Amino acid sequence: MKPGTKLKSAACDTEIMVVRAGDAAIECGGLPMAEERPAERKPMNPAFAEGTKIGKRYVNAAGTVELLCVKPGQGSLSIAGQALKIKDAKPLPASD
Amino acid sequence: MNISLILQMAADAEPERIGLVCDGRRWSYRSLWKAAHGAALNILKSGASHVALLDENSEAAAISLFGAAIAGVPYVPLNYRLADADLAALLQRIAPAYITGDVERIERLSPVGGHTALSRTDFVAQAERLGDVGSADEVEQDIAIQLFTSGTTAAPKAAILRHSNLLSYILGTVEFSSASEDEAALVSVPPYHIAGIAALLSSIYSMRRILLLPAFDPDDWLALAAAERASNAFVVPTMLSRIITRMDEGARFELSALQAIAYGGGRMPTELIERALELFPRVNFTNAYGLTETSSTIALLGPEEHRAAQGATDPAIRARLGSVGKPLPTVEIEIRDEDGRRLPPGERGEIYVRGEQVSGEYRERKALDADGWFPTRDAGYMDADGYLYLSGRADDIIVRGGENISPAEIEDALMTHPAIADAAAVAVPSVEWGETVGIAIVPRPGQKAPSDEELRTLIKNRLRSSRVPERIAVMDALPYNEMGKLLRREVRALLRNYTTVAAPGP
Repeated sequence: MKPGTKLKSAACDTEIMVVRAGDAAIECGGLPMAEERPAERKPMNPAFAEGTKIGKRYVNAAGTVELLCVKPGQGSLSIAGQALKIKDAKPLPASD
Repeated sequence: MNISLILQMAADAEPERIGLVCDGRRWSYRSLWKAAHGAALNILKSGASHVALLDENSEAAAISLFGAAIAGVPYVPLNYRLADADLAALLQRIAPAYITGDVERIERLSPVGGHTALSRTDFVAQAERLGDVGSADEVEQDIAIQLFTSGTTAAPKAAILRHSNLLSYILGTVEFSSASEDEAALVSVPPYHIAGIAALLSSIYSMRRILLLPAFDPDDWLALAAAERASNAFVVPTMLSRIITRMDEGARFELSALQAIAYGGGRMPTELIERALELFPRVNFTNAYGLTETSSTIALLGPEEHRAAQGATDPAIRARLGSVGKPLPTVEIEIRDEDGRRLPPGERGEIYVRGEQVSGEYRERKALDADGWFPTRDAGYMDADGYLYLSGRADDIIVRGGENISPAEIEDALMTHPAIADAAAVAVPSVEWGETVGIAIVPRPGQKAPSDEELRTLIKNRLRSSRVPERIAVMDALPYNEMGKLLRREVRALLRNYTTVAAPGP
């Protein structure tokens, strides 16, 4: 997937931008995300309902996937059923 | 990718929060986002190939930047201080452009360019009237910004920054919405400087309110910092010097909200940073090193490192006040020799940088090597602990009979003389050595310039005989550009024609 691609959740308001993802299929609320939202919202898998936060970056354990949450929602992000985690960012002093 | 995402996220997260203050007018993130859409509609309608700004800083800079991004047209802020002939050449290179600012000057200098020229007031009023969220569809384009380099050594080059370079920089260095509501950043660098653009992007993404100063003046800076309770500021060294001079002269302002000052864009004299650390004992200082071609900062010296160096007795730690710090975690930096070989710590060479924020690209050519490294043309070295030190532009290195001489070491030695206020060392042509050292000095007011003999002895004793200047000029002032960068080509030209030739070193 091209960096910059935006994906929407089928189950909630979540939208993400791909920073890097390779060929991984991204899920939100337990359902595959896509560039277009389905006409009708689908029911969320309760195991993936912890919510997404705007501005947070989400990564997989291998560090091969990084997604930026640009719109928050109730679902949470995963790949093949493995939950993604918020990336730990070391704060840098403002330099400009 | 599109940098308009930065403003979109801020407007989504907290639409009513004030994001920008300029000339007393307060802009919420939503009002900026709407105006950017209005601007985008007008830009698309004009059919322009570039969106330009020929004006001091104002909300028009932010609206142009994001409006251009939404419209998918490169944004080109121009240096309004350029002479007519130089500006006319740049206007030619970006025609037909949609330009905000000095309409009379645009029409006079580029009458057949096919430009659409608007005054600041008209541009902002039209953008606000037309603007509504979603009224313009985002257009995908790779190039976000085209910046003409300051051209202190040659004709200006058109550096290109892609959306992906700038977004990588922001995502890698700034945490979204990390600023509290009482934080405000005073921005006094001009809109055509990379630091001026990076300040808009970083501040909006962190949601730190921007206090825009249209043009730098030390009294205006102090007054705005006090009135709007600025917590952060970015300055170039000359600005800091002028602010401190005013404070030393007795200018009193209530600056208790000030927490952090970042500086960069030129060499910071050690004397000046030491004085600033004393004058602002509770302020966090950060030295940022970066270039236009690297989307701003690539290395920084943080607040703790400043205070540790200030209090240190160990000369190696104290010397860090003269360092630009360590590379950002998201970039790699290497020092290489003229043949491109990597040099060990302590050895001086050319600084190379690699990372997603590095564009290293001009309209005319790409300067990246096959592995993505960008030769900065800055000379420097890295110490054993990974701190980076700059020693001037690689093109400014004096090559005397095969020996590389950094102008900075000679200038530092000259500045230790109590009667010298400013000094520059440059290469002058020499039949015997190829190049040799020429210096220009400025005596302190009311002081007599040291004799040529005294200067030669000073350099010989502090450094070595190969550094001893062959030509010496005494000047009232050295030539600087408006950002405080020394115009070495002018010093070189002056010394080339200087007739007083001192006895050469052995």
